[in-house]
Amino acid sequence: MVSLNYFLILAAILFSLGVIGFVMKRNLITMFMSIELMLNSVNLTFVAFSRHINSLSGQIFVFFVMVIAAAEAAVGLAIIVALYRNRESLSVDEVDRMKL
Amino acid sequence: MTHLWLIPILPLMGAALNGLLGRRLSKTWVAIIAVGCTGLSCGLAIFEIVTFSDFFPLIERHFTWIQADRLRVGYDLLLDPLSSVMVLVVTVIGLLIHIYSIGYMAHEEGPNHGGYYRFFSYMNLFMFAMLTLVLANNYVLMFVGWEGVGLCSYLLIGFYFRKKSASDAGKKAFITTRIGDFGFSLGVFFIFWVFGTFDFQPIFRQAAAMSVEPMSQLGTLTVITLLLFMGATGKSAQLPLYVWLPDAMEGPTPVSALIHAATMVTAGVYMIARSNILFSRAPFTLLVVAMIGAVTALYAGTIGLVQKDMKRILAYSTISQLGYMFLACGVGAYAMGIFHLMTHAFFKALLFLAAGSVMHAMQGELDIFKMGGLKQKMATTYWTFVIASLAIAGIPGLSGFFSKDEILWNAFNAPQYGRFLWAIGWITAGLTALYMFRIVFVVFHGKFQGAEEAWHHVHESPRVMLVPLIILALGAIVSGYVQVPRFLFGGVESFTRFLAPVLEHPGAHKAEEVASAASRGMEINLTVASVAIALIGILVAFAIYLSKPERAKAIAGRFRLIYSLLYHKYWADEIYSAVILKPIYFISTWGLWKLLDLLIIDGLFVNGTGFVVRSVGSALRHLQSGRARNYAAWVVVGAVLIVAYLAWGR
Repeated sequence: MVSLNYFLILAAILFSLGVIGFVMKRNLITMFMSIELMLNSVNLTFVAFSRHINSLSGQIFVFFVMVIAAAEAAVGLAIIVALYRNRESLSVDEVDRMKL
Repeated sequence: MTHLWLIPILPLMGAALNGLLGRRLSKTWVAIIAVGCTGLSCGLAIFEIVTFSDFFPLIERHFTWIQADRLRVGYDLLLDPLSSVMVLVVTVIGLLIHIYSIGYMAHEEGPNHGGYYRFFSYMNLFMFAMLTLVLANNYVLMFVGWEGVGLCSYLLIGFYFRKKSASDAGKKAFITTRIGDFGFSLGVFFIFWVFGTFDFQPIFRQAAAMSVEPMSQLGTLTVITLLLFMGATGKSAQLPLYVWLPDAMEGPTPVSALIHAATMVTAGVYMIARSNILFSRAPFTLLVVAMIGAVTALYAGTIGLVQKDMKRILAYSTISQLGYMFLACGVGAYAMGIFHLMTHAFFKALLFLAAGSVMHAMQGELDIFKMGGLKQKMATTYWTFVIASLAIAGIPGLSGFFSKDEILWNAFNAPQYGRFLWAIGWITAGLTALYMFRIVFVVFHGKFQGAEEAWHHVHESPRVMLVPLIILALGAIVSGYVQVPRFLFGGVESFTRFLAPVLEHPGAHKAEEVASAASRGMEINLTVASVAIALIGILVAFAIYLSKPERAKAIAGRFRLIYSLLYHKYWADEIYSAVILKPIYFISTWGLWKLLDLLIIDGLFVNGTGFVVRSVGSALRHLQSGRARNYAAWVVVGAVLIVAYLAWGR
């Protein structure tokens, strides 16, 4: 039986990686993946706590998060494709204007 | 079913019609609307009073205007003997003056006929406000009318608003009366505080049960009545707030006749008579009222002696006569105050209208020393003017004799300072005769003093102006016969009896009772004395101004100091300016404008707020770099701070 602490530490490491990736990277796709990483680290804590306190509600939350993440991925990727078609670049620093 | 509300509403309708549509109507239609509405209102008033006089007091409650907790102010109208006298005076004289105005204002030229419709709209609005004032059944509605007439007075004084002096005079009238209105409204608030209502009947019922307050201490009723009287001094041009009335002569002459002689300025007398139960229980206030009335009568009468502007002499005469009315109220003879109000309304309106007729002929000239001999060309105006002058001088047989004599007799019997008050009134009676006949002799007799062309232009006024003059002259003769003193033909006291339900209550002291039967002979003596001084006044005027005109200059030269004191109206305007206006200007300029407004409000509050917001903004705007990763970093920082706070902060 792996203790709760290991799951939490792993989740914290994954979350921090996600944050660092989000802040440091310039490429939109990479930032997008970093967000997914953060979401999944949260999912991990949910599941871990759910086991720990013997309650299913944490796992239900995970399903919600996954559904939202899927929807977000669909919308986000569509935006990224549209953006690339217009600007021919995916660097966030170059798309800081609303107007072309 | 009575329809009292129609009496004030009809003129309001006329005002609205003329005010909104008058520009597009011809002069004829404007006049028809204005005179028609006033005439209907007048006819209705007479009809209602004649029909319902057995049912007085008649109270009509129409709707609740203000309701909050135990405060209720309704649009309630009251028709009782007192208000019916006022309504008759206002509507009858108002109607005559409206008719006169058709002729007087006919020559107004310029865009929109020189404001012809505006004039009649304001006049009708005035009628509405004045009728509201006299018909109101509570102090708040009365105050609405009170302020309404003030507004119309302002609008009509400044009718020729392109003339600086006219618009200044309008403002002066408005602001000066506002000082009095301040006292009046405070008095009304006090009434509510003490009696818990604004309606007349419950107030008077409660007050009737209160005892007469001692002279020496400032009781509740004394404070209330003093405040109410402050309002009356403003509206009715008594010392020390009279200064606006002479300047108000800048308005068209019918306005002077209607507002500044016959009706609005008498509102203060009406208000005191209406509140007589309160005043009768405050002997100190009554003494103040009587003193101010008497002193004002004398003061204004002396100024009237030496003025050269015809309308201004009449204005000072009005102030002086209003002083008589207050003197009457102050000695408890409210009925006589109202009686003099009524007779004065006739002869003073007549004097003004006749003066307007003269002005009309003289193309606006008002200096009486540029006129003379007008009798030859203006016979009707002359005779009506003479009748009015005889009436105001108190010559037996005319209305002024009856009312003035009753006032002097009541003053003589006043519980305090009776002889003194009578003496002042008596001297004033002489002055009145003197300055009135000064006008008569200088303007209508002797040789014409103006230019040749002016003499050719002199003509009698059109019939539409003369008919009101003649009717008013009849009124000036006969209106006194409703109240004939007892020593003449046994006396006819129908006026006192008519007003008795309103003005005579147990506890109100009556001069008649104070005077014993033995003093009946005294009354005759006093009457003879006052007629004698009036005749002396006329003779002096004759001796100075008609038989030897150069005497006037000689006398003025001999008493140069007094002459110039009177000619400059005791320097009242200058003193007011130095003592009140200059300090106010100074405080306003340096204290309120330069210090408070520019430095504190503009500098500290307005610009200070802007400065703080701008500097904070320019410091914070660096956060908004426009780079997504910066924002993300701030989100992280924020999240870390929140977590840190949750973990260790508490």
